[in-house]
Amino acid sequence: MTHLGSESHAGVYRYDDVDRQFVFERVEQFRGQVARRLAGTLSEDEFKPLRLMNGLYHQLHGYMLRIAIPYGVLTSRQMHRLARIARIYDRGYGHFTTRQNLQFNWIKLAEAPDILRELAEVDMHAIQTSGNCVRNVTTDQFAGAAADEVVDPRVYAEIMRQWSTLNPEFSYLPRKFKIAITGSLTDRAAIEVHDVGLRAKRGPDGAVGFEVFVGGGLGRTPFIGKPLRDWLPEADLLAYLDAILRVYNQWGRRDNIYKARIKILVHELGLPALRERVEQEFAQIRGPRYRLDPEIVAAINDHFAAPPFAEAAVSVSGSLDRHPELPAFGHWLETSITAHRQPGYAGVTISLKPIGGIPGDLTADQMDAVADLAARYSFGELRVSHAQNLVLPHVREDALFDLWQALGPIGLATANVGLISDIIACPGLDYCSLANTRSIPLAQQIGARFSGPGEQQNIGDLSIKISGCINACGHHHVGNIGILGVDKHGVETFQITIGGKVGTGAALGAVIGPAVAFDQVATVVENLVAVYLEQRQAGEPFVDTVARIGTRPFSEKVYGIAA
Amino acid sequence: MALLLENGAVVTDPWTVLDDAAGSDGIPEGPVIVSLERWQRDRAVLELRNAPLGIRLKSHQLAGEIAADLDRFGLVVLELPKFRDGRAFSTARLLRERYGFTGEIRATGAMIPDQFLFLVRCGVSSVEVPDNADLAVWRHALTEITIAYQAAATADEPLSLLRRRLSP
Repeated sequence: MTHLGSESHAGVYRYDDVDRQFVFERVEQFRGQVARRLAGTLSEDEFKPLRLMNGLYHQLHGYMLRIAIPYGVLTSRQMHRLARIARIYDRGYGHFTTRQNLQFNWIKLAEAPDILRELAEVDMHAIQTSGNCVRNVTTDQFAGAAADEVVDPRVYAEIMRQWSTLNPEFSYLPRKFKIAITGSLTDRAAIEVHDVGLRAKRGPDGAVGFEVFVGGGLGRTPFIGKPLRDWLPEADLLAYLDAILRVYNQWGRRDNIYKARIKILVHELGLPALRERVEQEFAQIRGPRYRLDPEIVAAINDHFAAPPFAEAAVSVSGSLDRHPELPAFGHWLETSITAHRQPGYAGVTISLKPIGGIPGDLTADQMDAVADLAARYSFGELRVSHAQNLVLPHVREDALFDLWQALGPIGLATANVGLISDIIACPGLDYCSLANTRSIPLAQQIGARFSGPGEQQNIGDLSIKISGCINACGHHHVGNIGILGVDKHGVETFQITIGGKVGTGAALGAVIGPAVAFDQVATVVENLVAVYLEQRQAGEPFVDTVARIGTRPFSEKVYGIAA
Repeated sequence: MALLLENGAVVTDPWTVLDDAAGSDGIPEGPVIVSLERWQRDRAVLELRNAPLGIRLKSHQLAGEIAADLDRFGLVVLELPKFRDGRAFSTARLLRERYGFTGEIRATGAMIPDQFLFLVRCGVSSVEVPDNADLAVWRHALTEITIAYQAAATADEPLSLLRRRLSP
């Protein structure tokens, strides 16, 4: 509660009594379900989807709770509450995920209802962070702040959050369903690797509409999303989503869990046939009852009003003191700052990838500290990025130095955002019961190989993504360098791909050759980087060099074949 | 099996399920339920009867397959082979909203009490539960959540934004 006053301008959807009543009812419902399970009147088979739809997984060490951070936005007060939960109910830390959520890995079933109650007290929940339902809608971590934004995607992400919450028709789908939305020219939400991807844009008259992609996704059968509709008017958003989900609910495969995602339906029916079914359904659903009223959009939009930016900040815009005597500050500025639409302000990414650390992990003390910094420097607002980092969305340029100085002592000033050690890794064998291999120790090893001063900066933009099994939670297919762990007769081995990317023009990486052993992976990465440094043209990032020269020179270097 | 209405009341089931294999001569008096296959096969005989007719759909038999014949039926039974198979939710909703069916929609098969409210919101008017089911748990499941964030097949009281209050 300490910082309640300072975050009254945070751009979050603010609960009223109706929303609060709903989340508390949901907590008590789950408490009853847990009681029935513990009493044995609910079987584990019956309980499973109920706990999953409240974020509770059964993992290697016990229960894991995945808490929803709707479209990655949270307040200082909420972050303080997460810190409290980490201390009381977990082991003093939490893990931010690629879907902008937070996971606690050491949860007791009997305590889960109490944790959900703690969350409800700060307008949070774990609803539909798992299960065969519509999951947390994700978006651009710079929503409402980015200089290149056309439409604020948070407004529509919140509308979709509400529409999908306990949706009576779409809670027992063939499989999970993930929606991402961007409202910027640069796609930072990876919309083309989601079941449905939306690009909010404006028509010639300024009206909002959406470009719709369908059937993207990674996992064992990766697909880039296909264009379903070029323009969907704002008023039809929910009716059209109803149509897509209804087609999927009726015709999506239920005979094989690995073929149950909508991407397989799109693939098997073909895009034109799927589009025809969706459009037929949509034509019948659209109408007054399911129209998204402009007044509703306007009312939700009010929740995301811009904070009161300081007039004084405009005058210092562009005259930032870069403290040349402190090159570390310069490095941090180069990697951590994103252009803001408000002159004199910047978006700041806080790396959760310290060299040798666990990607995405944050201790309770760090949570408290970063919540305080958000209160002081960013209107009490924080974001979680798809790359498992944190963002302070609205920081005055003339406060950047103070912020950097405050981040150092709490271990959060790593200047590697977007660089080779800003690695996305799934939890892997260390936590996950599905994993074939470790992921986190690999990320730690690779980071350590490139920890020399200036080394990463010299390499520039390069994403490494690691998945410990074919389910691809680390998004390895779209890593510039992708690493997939496979079990070969009980031995951990790793398949390496290069050339993958997310965002506009998303692409899947290509395999460079036979899988390699755990101890060889970091050396392989070094070799790939060496080829790039040798071959790159001025200003050319790694992934463009791969596109230009192909995978062969890289394979030859890695596997020692003469050119 | 006990039959539970959308308001939680237990009623006696007046319907008899007709075996697919039974011949046309042996059709009992009174309301009977037939499979979609039987309806398609024996339609001529069934239409001559002077008693209510119900039809039973498996989960892959979608609403569109009976849309043209709906005025013949007083009851549509939707089977959930596994409670995770959510097709019946769409079927119920389409029967109500698309095809305007006003008769009874009954859910049967593998269900858990926690699905009761969703079924009702999609237009289901009765559920068939095992004799040993704890009816108090089923009834309670209708009252746990009183707010919805989206319109569905049943009446509700609109609140602000997308929200509406569900009337128990």
